[in-house]
Amino acid sequence: MTEDITWLFLDPSLKISFQGLTTSGVVSPDLHFIHTPQQLVGVVGLEIHAQINSSTKLFSGSSVRFSAPPNSLVSFFDASLPGTLPVLNRRCVEAAVMTGLALNCNINRKSLFDRKHYFYADLPAGYQITQQRQPVAVDGTLTYSLLEGKKRSQVIRKNVHIKQIQLEQDSGKSLHDDVHSQTLIDLNRAGVGLMELVMEPDMSCGEEAAAAVRELQLILQALGTCQGNMSEGQLRVDANVSVHRPGEPLGVRTEVKNINSVRYLARAIDYEIQRQIGILQRGGTVQNETRAYDSKSGLLIKHSLPISLTSAASFFRFMPEPNLPPLIVYEDNASLPAGIDACQAVVVQKIKEGLPELPSIKRDRLVQTYGILPEHSFTLVNEDGLVEYFEAVLMATKKEPRKVIGWVTNELLGHLKQQDLSVSQSPISPPALAELLELQETGHISSSVAKQVFQKMWRSPGKTAAQITQEHDLGLVSDTAQLHSICQKVVDSHPDEVHAIRNGNKKVLNKLMGLVQKETKGRADPVLVRKILQEKTS
Amino acid sequence: MLGLFFLGVSLALREGRISPTELCKKCLNRIKKTQHLNAYITVTEESALKQAQQSEVRLLKGVPKGPLDGIPFAVKDNFCTKNIKTTCASKMLKDYTPPYNATVVQKLLDQGAVLMGKANLDEFAMGAGCTDGAFGPVKNPWSYAAPYREQTGAMLESDWAITGGSSGGSAAAVASLTSYLALGSDTGGSTRNPGALCGVVALKPTYGLLSRHGLIPLVNSMDVPGIMARSVNDAAIVLGILQGLDVRDSTTVPAPSPLTELPQDFDVKNICVGIPKEYHAPGLSEETLAQWSRVADLFERAGAQVKQVSLPHTQYSIVCYHVLCHAEVASNMARFDGLEYGHRSQIDSSTEVMYASTRHEGFNDVVRGRILSGNYFLLKQNYQHYFVKAQKVRRLIADDFRNVFGSGVDVLLTPTTLSDAACYQDFTQEDNRTRSAQEDVFTQPANMAGLPAVSVPTALSRRGLPIGLQLIGPALHDKKLLSVAQWIEQRVGFPSISDWDYSRESRNDTAVTKREQTSAV
Repeated sequence: MTEDITWLFLDPSLKISFQGLTTSGVVSPDLHFIHTPQQLVGVVGLEIHAQINSSTKLFSGSSVRFSAPPNSLVSFFDASLPGTLPVLNRRCVEAAVMTGLALNCNINRKSLFDRKHYFYADLPAGYQITQQRQPVAVDGTLTYSLLEGKKRSQVIRKNVHIKQIQLEQDSGKSLHDDVHSQTLIDLNRAGVGLMELVMEPDMSCGEEAAAAVRELQLILQALGTCQGNMSEGQLRVDANVSVHRPGEPLGVRTEVKNINSVRYLARAIDYEIQRQIGILQRGGTVQNETRAYDSKSGLLIKHSLPISLTSAASFFRFMPEPNLPPLIVYEDNASLPAGIDACQAVVVQKIKEGLPELPSIKRDRLVQTYGILPEHSFTLVNEDGLVEYFEAVLMATKKEPRKVIGWVTNELLGHLKQQDLSVSQSPISPPALAELLELQETGHISSSVAKQVFQKMWRSPGKTAAQITQEHDLGLVSDTAQLHSICQKVVDSHPDEVHAIRNGNKKVLNKLMGLVQKETKGRADPVLVRKILQEKTS
Repeated sequence: MLGLFFLGVSLALREGRISPTELCKKCLNRIKKTQHLNAYITVTEESALKQAQQSEVRLLKGVPKGPLDGIPFAVKDNFCTKNIKTTCASKMLKDYTPPYNATVVQKLLDQGAVLMGKANLDEFAMGAGCTDGAFGPVKNPWSYAAPYREQTGAMLESDWAITGGSSGGSAAAVASLTSYLALGSDTGGSTRNPGALCGVVALKPTYGLLSRHGLIPLVNSMDVPGIMARSVNDAAIVLGILQGLDVRDSTTVPAPSPLTELPQDFDVKNICVGIPKEYHAPGLSEETLAQWSRVADLFERAGAQVKQVSLPHTQYSIVCYHVLCHAEVASNMARFDGLEYGHRSQIDSSTEVMYASTRHEGFNDVVRGRILSGNYFLLKQNYQHYFVKAQKVRRLIADDFRNVFGSGVDVLLTPTTLSDAACYQDFTQEDNRTRSAQEDVFTQPANMAGLPAVSVPTALSRRGLPIGLQLIGPALHDKKLLSVAQWIEQRVGFPSISDWDYSRESRNDTAVTKREQTSAV
C-alpha cells in the first residue's frame, strides 16, 4: 500500500517567475490557452508540524533535547513496552491552547485523541496518538504581510485560514545504512509533542507561503511554544500545491515534503507550481503524489514514507485512543468543577492573560511610538532581540528614533549578518552605540567619522566611542582659524572650480567641501566649512 | 494450613505457628505436586524464598507490612513483573522480561505478599478455555479430585476438564491451593469464567478502580485486573489494597471509600435483587439454572426483594463485544513487530517481510484472526458500519444496566457460565471464536458497561465440578456487591477442595507419580 516518492530536485540557480508562463523549459502554450483570458495560478495550503517547546514529551516523562546521544531519551512508554500507558503532559496542552489563542482559533472545551496506524520502524507502537476527530483548536486566522514595491516599502496584509491545531506525537528517526542494508532507529524524538497546524489553501505562491510560515515562526517564538528552528526540525512544513484558473475548481494537488528552511519552501513551491503548469500546458495531467526535497544529501534515495493522508485515509485505520479520557479545558477558574485544582487544570482565561506581545502588534507599536517606517519595523521584529536592542539604544540617547533606526538596521545588522552573529553576540552593546550616537548628536564627531568609529568599536570591543575618537584624533575640527587656512588652501589650488561657482554653478561647492573633508579626514564641521567656502568663493 | 483464608493464615503467621518461609516452601512443594495442571508458566522459586525470608524478619520484629505480609500469590502472565519473564503465553513474548512491575503487582509486593510465579493463560488472554496458550492448556484441579473421578468414572489421563479462561492458570493456582490469591485480568469474563469453573471467588472490579498500568492489554476500554481468592472477604481485602488512582493510568478513578473488611452480618432484607430474564439463554444447563433458582430463593426467604428485570439489548452484546475487542486487538498488537522486543523472525530480506514473518511466527491463529478482522472493522469504509455501530450498542447496553439500577435494583443475580467445566476433548471440538462467544455470554455485558461483577462458587455439579453464580452491581458499588456475595457464600456451603486429595499421587498411576517425585526434589 505504499507509494513511491518522486524526489524533487531544485536547481538553486533556477529563477522562476510564477506569473509569467514563458519560463525556460516550458513549451509555448497551445491554442486553447491563447484563447483563454485567465492564466493558471498556484494554490498552496500548508501542513505544519511544530515541535512543542517543553522539557518532557507529550505522554511520557522523558526529556526533550536536540542532538542528545541516540536512544538516551527514551522511556518505557516511548519504546512502546507492553503495558505502558500515555499520561498527557499539561504543558503541551497549554502550549497548543496558547498557540490557538494567538492565531484567533476557537479552543475546543473538549477534544479527543485518536490512534493513527501504520507500520514504520521509527513508530514503535505501530500507531501515532493524534487528534483526528476533535482537535484542541479550530478555525483561526494567521495575518501575515508581504513587502512589495521597489524598496519593499509597500506593506500588503494577507490572511490565511487555520483549519485546526491538533496535538500529536512525533515519531523517532530512521537512519538508513545502505552499505550494510540496515536501518538504525533513534527513539529520542519518539513521543515529543507536536502541534500540527493545518492552513487552508489560501496562498498562491512560494513567497506568500514563506511569509506566512515566517510570521508563524515569529509568533511561536514570541509565545515560547515552539523554538521554530526549521533546520533542527522543530518546525516542519509540508505544502499542498495545485494550480487552476481562478473561479474554476482546484486542480489535482501534490504534496511537497521535507523542506527545512523558509527559503527552500518558497523555491520548492514555485518550482512545483511551474512544473504543474508545464504539465497542463503540454496537455498532460498532474498526478496526486508526494514529492520530497532533500537538501542534505542532494542524492536520489528511494525510500517509502507512510503515504499521504489524501490517498490512504483508509490505510490508517483511525480509532479512538482508549487510554486517554477526553481532554477538557476550562474557560476560567469559575467554571472549574468542584474538587479540581486550578493548578492541575488548563484554564483558557489564565493562558489568555499570559499572552505576550505578538509580532504584528509589536510592529504597529514600533511604527506608532517611534515614527519609523513599516519596513523597518519588519526588520526589527524579524531579528531575535533587535527590538530590545533598538529600544535600549533609545533609552540612552536623545537622538531621534528615526535617526537611530538606520544605525540599527543597517550598520549593526549588516555587521552581524556578515559575521553570522546573533544580536546578543554583538560586540557593541546598546549603551555603547548610544554613546557613539550622542557624540555625533552633540557635534563632537561628524556622521562620516561616526561610521569610522563604529567600525573601530566593532573590532575592539570594550573601547568606548569617546576613547576611540580621542585615540585616533577624530574629534570634529571647529577651530575657525584652522578651517579658514585649510579652505584657503583648497580655494587657491582649484581656480577652475572657484570660477564655476562664481558663474552660478553652486553644486561645485560640494566638491570643494569634499576636498576640505579629505584634508581633515572627515573631521571638519560641515556647517562651518560650507559657510567659510561660500564666503571665499563669493 | 494451605486451605485457610487470609485471616486464618495471617493470624498463624503472626502467632508464629508457621513462618513465611515454611508457608512458601509448602506452596512450592504443592506447585511441584500439581505440575500436571500446568497452572504456572514461570515459578519464581528463588525470589519467592527470598521475599518470604524478608517477610519473616518483619514478622519476627512484629512489624508486618499488612495483612498480606508473607502470603503467597500468583500473577497472570500478562501483568508485567520486573526481571521476571512475562510471556502472555505467546511465542511473541516467550523470552520477554519487562523492566518494571505492573502497579497492581507492585502494590501486592509492597504489602509483603510473596510472588510464587506467573500463571498460565490463553495467548494474550484471547480465549475462554485456557486451552489456547503457547505453553499448553491448564487442567481443572477439580477434575483430579475424588467427586469428579468417582461420579464420572473418569479413568484416563485425557479425561480432565478445562479451567475456563483466559485466567485459567490463576484460577487453578488458587483452586489447587498453591497460592492464596491470584491476579487475573477480565475483559469479557476472563476472571469470572475460570473462577466459576474452578470454584474460586472471582472479582471483576469497576472499570478504572484498579490500575491497568503494566497489564498487557487486550481491550483497553474493558480490561480490568481481576482478583481471585478463596473467599469473598479475601477478595475484599485485596481490592482494598489495589484500588485507587494511579498517575500512570489516566483512566483510573479515586476509590469511593477505603475498603475495610466486609460486615459479617450483612442484612439482605432491604436489598433488591434483579433477575434479568434475558440471561435464561439457550444452552444454560439445568443444574446451573437450579443453582440460580436456589440462590434466588435464599434471598427471597431472607426477606430480600427478588424481581425479574429486563436488559433488552443483552442479545446484541456479544457480537458488539467482538467487534470492539477485535478492533482494539488489531491496534494493540501493532507494537509487536520484532524491533524493540519480543520474537524477531530470521527472515529479514526487507523490513516489511520481517514484520510479516515475525508476526506470523509469533502469534497463534486466534490472535492473527482477531488482528485481521479488527483491521477490517477499522477500515475507513467499514468504520461507521462496525466500530461506531458497536459503540452505539455498547452505550445502549450500559443504559440497560443504568435503567435497572435506577429503578431500585441493588444487584443483579445471574449465572456466570452456561454450565460446569467441559472436558478438554469436548471443548476443543469447537474453535476459539465459537467458544468465546458461548462462554462469555453472561460475563461480557458487565465489561461493556464497566460494572463490577463477582462470581461466587455455589455448588458442585453432578459431575463433581464447580458451578458459580454472578452478581453485577452499579459502578463503584464494589463493596456492597461483595457484601451480598459474602452473604451467598455463607449460605451455600461450597466445599473446599482440600476435603479431597486431588493430586495425581492419589491415583494408581505410579509411572507418573515417580516422574513427578524425581522432578519435585
